[in-house]
This record gives sequence, C-alpha cells and structure tokens, in this order.
Amino acid sequence: MSTPGILTGEFFINGDEASAEGAIAAGCRFFAGYPITPATEIAERMAKRLPQVQGLCLQMEDEIASMAAILGASWGGAKAMTATSGPGFSLMMENIGLGMMTETPCVVVNIMRAGPSTGLPTLVGQADVMQARWGSHGDYGVIALAPSSPQEMFDLTITAFNLSETYRLPVFVLGDEVVGHMSEKVIIPPPDRIPLVTRKRPQPSPECYLPFQAGDDLVPTMACAGDGYHVHVTGLTHDEQGYPVITAPVHERLIRRLVDKIRLNAAAIIRTEDVGLEEAQVVVVAYGCTARAAREAVDHLRARGQKVGLLRLITIWPFPEERIRRLAEQVRAFIVPEINYGQMVYEVERSAQGRAETVLLPLMGGAIHTPQEIVEAAEEYLS
Amino acid sequence: MKIRHRTLVPFDPQSTTRLREEQHGLHPDDVYLKPGRIPHIWCPGCGLGVVLNTYINGLKMAGLPVDRTAVVSGIGCTGRVAGYLNMDTYHTTHGRAIPFATGLALVRPDLTVTVFSGDGDLFAIGGNHFIHAARRNINLKILCVNNFNYGMTGGQAAPTTPVAARTTTTPYGNFEHSFNLPFLAYASGAVYVARWTTFHARHLVTAIAESLTRKGFTFIEVIAPCPIGYGRPNKLGSGLDEMKFYRENSLVQNDADPREADIGLKGKIIVGKFIDQSRPTFDQVYEENILKKFTRSA
Repeated sequence: MSTPGILTGEFFINGDEASAEGAIAAGCRFFAGYPITPATEIAERMAKRLPQVQGLCLQMEDEIASMAAILGASWGGAKAMTATSGPGFSLMMENIGLGMMTETPCVVVNIMRAGPSTGLPTLVGQADVMQARWGSHGDYGVIALAPSSPQEMFDLTITAFNLSETYRLPVFVLGDEVVGHMSEKVIIPPPDRIPLVTRKRPQPSPECYLPFQAGDDLVPTMACAGDGYHVHVTGLTHDEQGYPVITAPVHERLIRRLVDKIRLNAAAIIRTEDVGLEEAQVVVVAYGCTARAAREAVDHLRARGQKVGLLRLITIWPFPEERIRRLAEQVRAFIVPEINYGQMVYEVERSAQGRAETVLLPLMGGAIHTPQEIVEAAEEYLS
Repeated sequence: MKIRHRTLVPFDPQSTTRLREEQHGLHPDDVYLKPGRIPHIWCPGCGLGVVLNTYINGLKMAGLPVDRTAVVSGIGCTGRVAGYLNMDTYHTTHGRAIPFATGLALVRPDLTVTVFSGDGDLFAIGGNHFIHAARRNINLKILCVNNFNYGMTGGQAAPTTPVAARTTTTPYGNFEHSFNLPFLAYASGAVYVARWTTFHARHLVTAIAESLTRKGFTFIEVIAPCPIGYGRPNKLGSGLDEMKFYRENSLVQNDADPREADIGLKGKIIVGKFIDQSRPTFDQVYEENILKKFTRSA
C-alpha cells in the first residue's frame, strides 16, 4: 500500500485532524500522546497516518512520559509532537521546562477545554493562555500560536514546527475545543508549496564544537545523538560546552539567552490579522475560536460605518505589546473577549499603559461569545 | 519597561575544560570519559565509581563503540553518571529518564541506549514509566544503582529502603514494605534481569556486556554502598565495611526465582542472573506488524 506523506487536496476535516496532517506535512515522524478529550482525535489520526509515512506513533502511559518521549525523539534527530488538553498540559509542564532548558525543538498542541482540574472535558475554554506562558517553573521565552479555524490548525502546526526548529524550543499550538472539533474545508497544498525549516546542525569538528554557544541569533546549532559530538545535555544550568556549572554568572548568561532569543526576535515571530485598524476608535483583540465571533461583530459594525477594528492574535506569545502600545494612542477602548476570567486582557491593559480603556468580556467556559455581546460592548465607546 | 542588566560575564573559550587536552588522555580509559569532568561529585566510599568503571568495561567487553551508544539518566547521585561519559548523554528530569530514552531509542534503533539511574528515580517517581517500558519491551538497558536511600538530598527513605532501616525521613525506622526490584522487573516483562553488588565488579562487567548485546528491555540492579546517606544512620560502617558486608552476605544464585530476592536490613543478598529470555521488542513488532503494511514511498 502506498500513501503519500502529504495529502494534497481539499478535505472536510476537523481541526484536530488538520493539526495532525499539518504535523505530517511539516515532517513530523514521531508522536507520543495520551488520550484526552478534546485532543484525542489528533492521536488517533497520527496513529493511522504516521505508519503510512514510516513514522512512529506511541501511546504513552501518561502525559509526563509523552512529553519526555518527544524530547528524546527530537534529540534523536526527529521532528516530534504531542497533543493534549488542560489536565495533560499541566502534567507536561515539568518536561516542557526540560525542553526549554535543553533547547529541544518539538511541538505541543493543547486543545483547550474549560478548567481548572477536570472542569468541562468536552466543552471549550481559553484559560490555559497564561499557563502556556508561565506554566513551568523558572524563566524562559515561549512561542504560542492560536488557530481560529481547521485550516489554521493545519497551517499553524506547520508554522509551529518551523519556529521550533528555528529557535530550538517546544512551541505551543493553543487550539481550543471549538476549533479542534469544528469541521471545515481544509486545503492542503502540494509539498513544494510548503516551506519547511530544519534545525541548524554543527559544522566544526567535535573537538572544537561548543554545543550551547550561540551566534547573533542566540540559537545554538544542535548536534543530535549519534552525530559523533558526544554532547552532554542537562536540565541543570550549563555553560557553553554543555557541562553543569552551578553559578550565578553562568545562570545569568544562559537564562538571558533563553528569554532573549524569543524577546529580541519577537518582531520576526509575531503574526496578527488586522481588520480596519487604521482609523479604528475601538479595537477588538481576540484569538482562537473567539476571534470568529469578534470578526462577525466587527464586520457588522463596519458595515454600519462604525470605526471598529479587529486585532486577531495569531501569535499569542510573544505578545504584540508594541502594536497595542501604538494603537492605544489612537483608540478609545480595547474590547477583549476571551473564554476565561481574564488572561490575555492583562497583557492588553499593560501594553495600553492607561492610554485607552481595556474592557474584558469574560466567559468562564463551555460556551462561546455571541457577536451581539461584542457589538454591544464596542458600541459603548463609539460616538 | 526599561531593563538595566548587570554586566554579563562572557564565556571564556580558553576556560573550557571540554577542549583542554592536557588533563585528559593519561589513562587508557579516558576515551570513555568526557574531558575535564573529573573529579566527580560523589562521596568517599560511594559505589558509583565502581559502577561507572564496570559500565565502561562492559562496553569494551561487548565491543560497543561510544559513537553508537547513548546514556540517559534521571536526577540524583546516579543521575550524574551521564555527565562523565564521553558519548551522547542526557541528564533529564527526575524519574523521566525512561520515557525520554524511549523516544530516543525508538527513532534511533542504530544506537544502544542505556538508562543509568538510582532506585528512587526509577522506582518512586519513575515507577510507572519503568513498568510500561518493560511491558512494551523497548530496547533499553536499565542500570539501577540501588543504595537504599535518596543520597543527593541527604539520606531520605526510598521505595527500596528495607524495613526497620533508619533514614532522615524514617527516624523511628522504616515500616513500609520495600520493592523487590528483580521481581518487579521480571513481572513487568524485562527480558534480562540480574542483580550484583559493587563487590562483584567482574560479574557486573559480564552482566552489563550481556545486557548490551540482548535485544529488548534489560534490567540490572547494582547494590551499592552509600556510607554517608545510608551507612551512617544504620551503623553499617564505611564504604569498605559495606563492601565486606556484601562479600560475606551475598549468595550467588543464578536462575533464582526473583520472588525470593527480597532484601532485608542486614540479611542475605541474593545475587546473580535471574532471567535471560527473549521476546519480540517493540520496534521489531512495529516494523513487522505495522510499517511493513506501507511502502517507503513518502
């Protein structure tokens, strides 16, 4: 039986399945996961599809093991992914920290449901946004992408792999139950139209190679297992040769680089979708499934001639604080609908620096915003 | 916000011990040790030096080149073994060496992956991973150094601490039943199960070499002295005294029933090769039953 690696064509599939196809198109050949609603369909799709491309899908004993296994696979040279939802994402935090500290490229998909704890397993939430930013202990930079459609579940899973290979870290795809379970048309382009990035490998001889010394982009080259470089990889604070050094100066150097490789490259990483921002008096800031209701609301108001814009966050981490800062000088208010009791809104309010009102439209989970409530919130600030 | 950084101390390439030759190469086995990593961190009398040495000799006996091996470890005194070996080494999170190694071994069947860790790491926090990797028969070589306590954190009770033994968290004597590790490994599906003490260095080298050449999930328990963390509160004497104890109280019983291999505080220690069998490994079954259904067209 012969099956192509990339299923070029048009498909009517859900977001979870699209994410799995995106991973395969990105070159992912190792998946380790644990069943959890509403992300299970990703594991199921990978279990079916990965063997077709001579890849390996493994159901682990828990999410801790799943995260550990993809780090090991990545050091073996594979592109690797896991997928989960809130409770599993909590368990993964330990080894996400190891991935950050050891600069291990991989992708973690979190199809958000409502929490805390078991919460609403089958219903939508967006309350893992801050967990994605700060969930593992210690300081590190993160990249998280928030797809708003099954098509974006496909596209952004590929982007996540490319960013993880570029900046050498676990990259998060923060989907949500609505986007994960929604079925829509997904267009899968031919392989030659999908740009792929592969981690930089070392050039020098093993005798001269310093595995954690980075150039101007702050990202070191990666020698994988069996390459002959005899690298020591540790979650302990380590110097440029990879050896543990338990001192403040080495920690300062390492952690600053781990944070700065994202912070200083933020402009290249951040992607947004902008609708009518030029003359907007009110800007709706939204991401994930909530951005769909926000788009409907903004289109409705703009059709009536109202000066309303939408800033849809495609990249949610790093946060586009500079965009918000500049917009705050022109707008009266930011409207932030999100399916939580306020997470991204803190970033918006912080970046607005008091120059514009910030309005949270919270929803605790299990339902989505109506365009109407976003319209009503915006109207309060429109003359 | 503005950030006022303190001055960064730049990395000095001249300071790299990794690249410095003069400290390295005086001993013929230095090729197995990462340059500039010795002296190690272990206490006087600790058994880990013996285990490191026997692993190197096991590699030599098995004829395995360092470029075809990788070592993964968890956290603890034994977890530090990885950092001294001159090969690809991964010092992971506490208890998670086995699932990390699972991912590595499955995508790199050309490498022999050894997991080096302690009894607390592998059987308390990592116990679930151990039984599942054994059940799946992942091609991993597990070397568990059992010193009956958590040494790195200062001598707390472990799931291997014998009943009545004193540790800093069992000041009135441990009353919990302890794991019989060979029995646990056998019951979980390991294809090779052995136990030796650091006194049995030559047997241990042979066992390590054997396990490196077996396909599948192998398990060797190495009983090792921890005179600081475990010996002192239990009045076992120095590291040398513990070695003498092993000599006098070990019973070599190859093919012994693993169920009979419990260890008491000052009782006999049954050592030997208990299990040496074969069953299909995870990657063999995956290749045969799954991958062969599909051609390598993609």
